[in-house]
Amino acid sequence: MKHEETIFSGFGGQGALFAGQLLAYTGMAENLYVTWIPSYGPEMRGGTAHCTVIVSAEEIGAPIVQRPSAAVVLNLPSMEKYEPLIKSGGYLVVNESLIDIKSEREDIHVLYLPASDIATELGNPKMANMVLLGAFVTATGLVSLETIAAQLTAHLSGRQQQWLEPNKQALQRGAELVSA
Amino acid sequence: MTKELLKGNVAFAEAAVRNGLQAYFGYPITPQSEALEHFSGRMIELDRVFLQAESEVAAINMVYGAASSGVRVMTSTSGPGLALMAEGLSYIAGSEIPVVVVNMMRGGPGLGNIQPSQADYNFMTKSAGHGNFHPLVLAPANIQEIIDMVGLAFELAEKYRTLVMIAGDGSIGQMMEAAELPPMQEISTARPAWAVTGAVGRAPNLITSLYLGAEKLEKVNIRLQQKLATIEENEIRWQEYETEDAELLLVAYGTVGRICISVLRAARQQGLKVGLLRPQTLWPFPTARINELAAQMQGVLVAEMSAGQMLVDVEHAVAGKTPVRFYGRMGGVIPMSAEILEAVKQVQEEVS
Repeated sequence: MKHEETIFSGFGGQGALFAGQLLAYTGMAENLYVTWIPSYGPEMRGGTAHCTVIVSAEEIGAPIVQRPSAAVVLNLPSMEKYEPLIKSGGYLVVNESLIDIKSEREDIHVLYLPASDIATELGNPKMANMVLLGAFVTATGLVSLETIAAQLTAHLSGRQQQWLEPNKQALQRGAELVSA
Repeated sequence: MTKELLKGNVAFAEAAVRNGLQAYFGYPITPQSEALEHFSGRMIELDRVFLQAESEVAAINMVYGAASSGVRVMTSTSGPGLALMAEGLSYIAGSEIPVVVVNMMRGGPGLGNIQPSQADYNFMTKSAGHGNFHPLVLAPANIQEIIDMVGLAFELAEKYRTLVMIAGDGSIGQMMEAAELPPMQEISTARPAWAVTGAVGRAPNLITSLYLGAEKLEKVNIRLQQKLATIEENEIRWQEYETEDAELLLVAYGTVGRICISVLRAARQQGLKVGLLRPQTLWPFPTARINELAAQMQGVLVAEMSAGQMLVDVEHAVAGKTPVRFYGRMGGVIPMSAEILEAVKQVQEEVS
C-alpha cells in the first residue's frame, strides 16, 4: 500500500514548503489521500523551514510523525536534524551542492544530487527543490513525474510562470540522475 | 464539485463566504490570520462587509450589532483574542442572537506562543463569559470537517438563536488537505421576525441582555437553560472507530482525535483491542454514550493538548465504571502517535 511520510526541509527561500505542496497537489491529482503541514512560528529570512507531507492510499490520521519514511534536505542543518530520524528502509534525498557530509546509515536509501549546481546551470539556484523532488518521486515511485509537471503548470504563481519550463527541466534532471 | 487542496484557515473562511456570510469583523492573530486575509479579498469582491476592527473587543461588539439586525455574521480569533471577546460573548448569549466564532487555539497561558493547543476547552465549553450559558462548541479534526461545520454552525446558531463556536487549533488552521467546498449560496435578504431592522409599520423589537429586577432575569435564565437543555437533547455529535469489540477506549477530539486514528491502527496491529470516540461537539458532550461504552472497557485513556480539561468531562461520563487515565502535551507541543501508543500500553498493563 502506498504510504509515504516525507519531510522537506531547508533554509527559508529554498522552496522546501513549495516542493512539499507540489507533492501534495500531485498526490491529490492521483487520487491519494494527502496532508501538508508546515512548521510555523516566528520565522525569519534565512531561518529553517520544513513541512511534513503524507501521501497515502488510506485516510490519514496523524499529520505529523516522529520518524518520517523519507526526508528531502536542502541544507546542512536539515541533514543533521532529519537523517537520524528516517525510518529504516526509508529515503534520504540530499542536496550535495550545499551539504558536504555523508550519511553513515546503511539501513536507508541515500540519494546525493548536486541540486543547487544543476539548478544554477538551468538558470536559477532556487530550482534545487525541483531537482530533489524529481529524484525522490522517481526513486520511490510514489507519484508520476508527468502529474507533477502538470500540477506545476497549474500551481506556479503568475509571476513565476516564466520559470515553468526550467522547473520542469529541473524535475527531469533529478529524475534522470536516479534512473541512470 | 471536485476536491481542492485547502489550508484550514482559508477553507473555513471560503466555506463561510459560500454559506451566505453577510458580514465579517475581526482582528488578525496567528494562527488564524490567513482567514482574515481571505475574507478581506472575497467579501469586498462580493460587495459584502469585511472590517478589520481596532481590537477584538471592538470586533465582537460589531458582530453583536450586525447579528442583532438579523444578518449572517461571524468572527474568528485565537485564545488571547477570545479572552478579549468574553464580555461580548456573554452579551450575545444573554441577548439570544445567532453568532458564529471560530477559535484556532494556540499555546497559553498569556501571550504563550502560536503553536497548536487545546487548552481553551474549559474556556469555550464552560466559561466563555459571565453568567449562565454555554456556547455550542463544534470540534473539527480535518479540513473537510471544518468546512462542513461552518455550514452546520450557522444552521444551529440560527435554529436556536445561540452562540456557536468552532474549536480548531493551530494545526487545523495551518495544514492543507483535499476537501470539497459547498456550492455558493444566495444571500438571504429576509430578516428574522425578532431582528432590529427599523420598526416601520410594526411594534419595535428589542435586543438586550439587560433585565433589571431579579425575578425577571431569573425567568430569562430559566428560559435560556431550557433552550440549552433542548440543545443537549438534540445536538450531541461524535464519531466512533472500532468501538464494537474494544476493551480500551481512547477519547480525543480535533487534531489529537485524528492522531488517535493512527494510534488505534498501530495498537490493533499489535493485537490491542482499542477503540476511539472522537467528540465532534464539546458542548453538549457525548456523556451518555461514553458512560454506555465504559461498561465494556477495561480502561479509558483521554489524550489532549492540555493539562487535562476534557478529562474532567470524560471522568464525569465514565462515573467510576472503569479507570480513566490521561496523556497530555502542553505549550504548543503536538503529541506524536508513538507517545500516545506508549500511554495506551501502560493503561493496558495497569488494568490487565
